[in-house]
Amino acid sequence: MADVVLEINDLHVSVDDVEIIQGLNLTINKGEIHAIMGRNGSGKSTLANVLMGHPDYQVTSGSIVYQGKSLLEMEVYERARSGIFLSFQYPSVIPGVQVGTFLRKSVNSIKGEHAPSAREFRKLLSKKMAMLDMDKSFLSRYVNDGFSGGEKKRLEILQLLLLEPSLIILDETDSGLDIDALKVVSEGINSVLEDSACLVITHYQRLLDYVKPNYVHAMIAGGFVKSGGPDLAHKLEANGYDWLEPQSEVKT
Amino acid sequence: MTQDDVIGDYKYGFHDSENATIRFDKGLSEQVVRDISALKDEPEWMTEIRLKAYKHFIERPMPDWGNTGMLKSIDFEAVTYFLRSSEGTERDWDDVPEEIKRTFDRLGIPEAEQKWLGGVTAQYESEAVYHSIREDLTSQGVLFFDMDSGLKEHPEIVKKYFGSVVPYSDNKFSALNTAVWSGGSFIYVPKGVHVTMPVQAYFRINAKNMGQFERTLIIADEGSSIHYVEGCTAPNYSTESLHSAVVELIALPGAKIRYSTVQNWSANVYNLVTKRGIAHEDAVIEWVDGNIGSKLTMKYPAVILKGEGAHAEVISVAYAGKGQHQDAGAKVHHLASNTTSNILSKSISKYGGRSSYRGLLKVSPKAKNCRSKVVCDALLLDEDSQSDTYPTMEIGNASSDLEHEASVSKVSDDQLFYLMSRGHAEDEAMAMIVNGFFEPFTRELPMEYAVELNRLLELEMEGSIG
Repeated sequence: MADVVLEINDLHVSVDDVEIIQGLNLTINKGEIHAIMGRNGSGKSTLANVLMGHPDYQVTSGSIVYQGKSLLEMEVYERARSGIFLSFQYPSVIPGVQVGTFLRKSVNSIKGEHAPSAREFRKLLSKKMAMLDMDKSFLSRYVNDGFSGGEKKRLEILQLLLLEPSLIILDETDSGLDIDALKVVSEGINSVLEDSACLVITHYQRLLDYVKPNYVHAMIAGGFVKSGGPDLAHKLEANGYDWLEPQSEVKT
Repeated sequence: MTQDDVIGDYKYGFHDSENATIRFDKGLSEQVVRDISALKDEPEWMTEIRLKAYKHFIERPMPDWGNTGMLKSIDFEAVTYFLRSSEGTERDWDDVPEEIKRTFDRLGIPEAEQKWLGGVTAQYESEAVYHSIREDLTSQGVLFFDMDSGLKEHPEIVKKYFGSVVPYSDNKFSALNTAVWSGGSFIYVPKGVHVTMPVQAYFRINAKNMGQFERTLIIADEGSSIHYVEGCTAPNYSTESLHSAVVELIALPGAKIRYSTVQNWSANVYNLVTKRGIAHEDAVIEWVDGNIGSKLTMKYPAVILKGEGAHAEVISVAYAGKGQHQDAGAKVHHLASNTTSNILSKSISKYGGRSSYRGLLKVSPKAKNCRSKVVCDALLLDEDSQSDTYPTMEIGNASSDLEHEASVSKVSDDQLFYLMSRGHAEDEAMAMIVNGFFEPFTRELPMEYAVELNRLLELEMEGSIG
């Protein structure tokens, strides 16, 4: 029997009274990878932000159940502590806060009493940083301050590896990464996928060559217009999205 | 000592019972000034300076700038100008009156002393109750005394330098301090001696309506160096106390003085302090000045760059919470050519608090090729709070190079969201951002002070999100 991690029912989301997501349904089981593909403005990132609880997005109707609990009643930090992780498309700069301190505090917050000792944490950190081909000097830099696009994404994935979430949301993680970095980052992602559910939001198919989805959803105008297996990703990459548009809207 | 009566978010608001051995009646008069001097058995020249300063204080009007409203509300007649709380200045903590010792234990002073300090003076009300210096420093000729003992033991040095950097006539509060000063530190570092462990002074006000007027004089002889740190706290009372110190630094050619402060007075203390140093040829003076507490602080650590090649560094932070006004800043006067200065000021306002940066940068016409950089950053944590900047620059020649940057920012929702998505509740996220904002300051502090400051700020952010 499937182990349901996330169940979204008829979700409607607005920003400043403009409806961005219009009746979205999605169920993700443990061990599954779902990819959402779509053009800019299709509502992909909105879904990621809603799942994490960004205050700018108003859920006007529908429900999101995560591990049997209503997600919409949980604060952002409670969602994080219950195992939801969002790898940001544009992670914020936090001046003056060193990466090492930030990681340690985040692990302590999220793992609570199960947090590793300082010594165990240092060991774990070295191991995961080696896996992502990150230099130790990262730890004394300020969070995302002056980071290149690729460095920001590595730091996101490093957090993913340390926090071991049960629902992983990757928002455009491949953007800003060259092909070598993409491989390294994908290996990192794959190393934690077994025990979790994953939602991959992406423009391009190339990340999906490394992080292989079970399901692919094509998103247009705030809803899924087509869902399928991995082949759909190739088809979208090759043919674009126009063939999925309802006829009446093609001209606009 | 009352048990665990932490008041509000301020953890040091507890007080001991008031066991004075000598306590003057409230109010200020020529007789009070004479009595303080007589009690200390001072040389006549010091009594004379005190009396002149008193006269100047009476005649001098209140400053017509800064927070004039709050200044006007100070009632000088309601202040106790001298209070002695122990028989003498002890060298062993066990000889300090039990209750006072417990207070300093609670403030962590004896522990810090054992771990990382080269010397400690602990002032309680008007005088030092404890003082010690490591043997190895004494054997190198370093003089470190509480100011009263400094005057007794080395009157010739004190006479030479006392008031030479901050004359009593400098301002109303330097006049007041000169008239009624008591306690503070006296330090002389001989030529070429480097004091590698910081020495610390801790100032504690305990009594209600107390006036604390310590006087500090630090002389670093040629090629020497010293790092002096000071901290301060007071109980929370509904009536005000007054802290008005004068600090004079003299860095002789090639010497370096770093003076670090974490000011954490309770929110009923007026903190009106004059701090100034003179840097001779190739000398360096650094003020690392943190203002977290007090009702009103008006303090502008200053450096006079008197010798060629001298350098000034003023790094300051201010946190203004409810009912607080931090009017702080820096003054640097480039008197000689090829002198350099850096001023970094960071302030945070919250709960309607107000922080002001007031700075003066002056380059004399004859001081050629000077360089200076001034950076002021303000962070507002809510809509009710206020930040203002009063930078004054007087540049007397065209060969000098000055930069000035100022910014006012707010914490962005995206920053908070990002941190909260990593498991941090909103107040924890806010504390992290605030600590990060002050980091350029805290990294300059000894580690123990930095940890303490970060903890204080976390406490300020706790439960503060509406």
